[in-house]
Amino acid sequence: HALMIVFLISTLVLYIIVAMVSTKLTNKYILDSQEIEIIWTVLPAIILILIALPSLRILYLMDEINNPLLTIKAVGHQWYWSYEYTDYEDLGFDAYMIPTQNLVPGQFRLLEADHRMVIPVESPIRVLVSADDVLHSWAVPALGIKMDAVPGRLNQTAFIASRPGVFY
Amino acid sequence: MEEKVNNYRTAPFDSRFPNTNQTRNCFQNYLDFHKCNKALSSKDQDMAPCEWYQRVYKSVCPMSWVQKWDEQLEAGNFPGKI
Repeated sequence: HALMIVFLISTLVLYIIVAMVSTKLTNKYILDSQEIEIIWTVLPAIILILIALPSLRILYLMDEINNPLLTIKAVGHQWYWSYEYTDYEDLGFDAYMIPTQNLVPGQFRLLEADHRMVIPVESPIRVLVSADDVLHSWAVPALGIKMDAVPGRLNQTAFIASRPGVFY
Repeated sequence: MEEKVNNYRTAPFDSRFPNTNQTRNCFQNYLDFHKCNKALSSKDQDMAPCEWYQRVYKSVCPMSWVQKWDEQLEAGNFPGKI
């Protein structure tokens, strides 16, 4: 099917090219058109700028509006994550990946951890990601988040889990 | 002020640090807490108003950073100005 369409389109294009090149009808008087060329270059440029500026503003605004209910720190180490919940008391724990040979049937390979990061459902949560030794990256594809963990830097990301469940 | 601290849930949005990098947010609140303590204790006043800064920096700063800075403060080689 795909190849048929390729041949169809290429035959059409080749025919149009040959027809354009070998025609006897040429108008000698449409040669110089400086004014309209300027107009149809500048006008789209202006339109694009008018689209880009509010778009950039919204991009940065999206980062700001937050009001989280909980702050969790995810600190990357070689090779585990440690999570800290320190809003009310100093709670922290390490989360190691469950090695493949210790998996129970029904668990996901390379995804399960011994201690999961627990979050309240339907609440805006702020996660501050950092690292202890080298560069890491903290991601939960099911929640649509990924943030790099840089030693000495605290990166903020926020999300809301709209349904209860386990997210990987 | 006391009500604000009693109803504390987590560090609120701080418009001084609107972007992704919150490192300065953590360090600034740690500094502000200690500066506030130093200022109020030198005037022999109650240090309760400083509690807000403490709650915020505890929420935002990694525990290992706070520990390291506390040790530096004790040893006298903390890099920030307090």
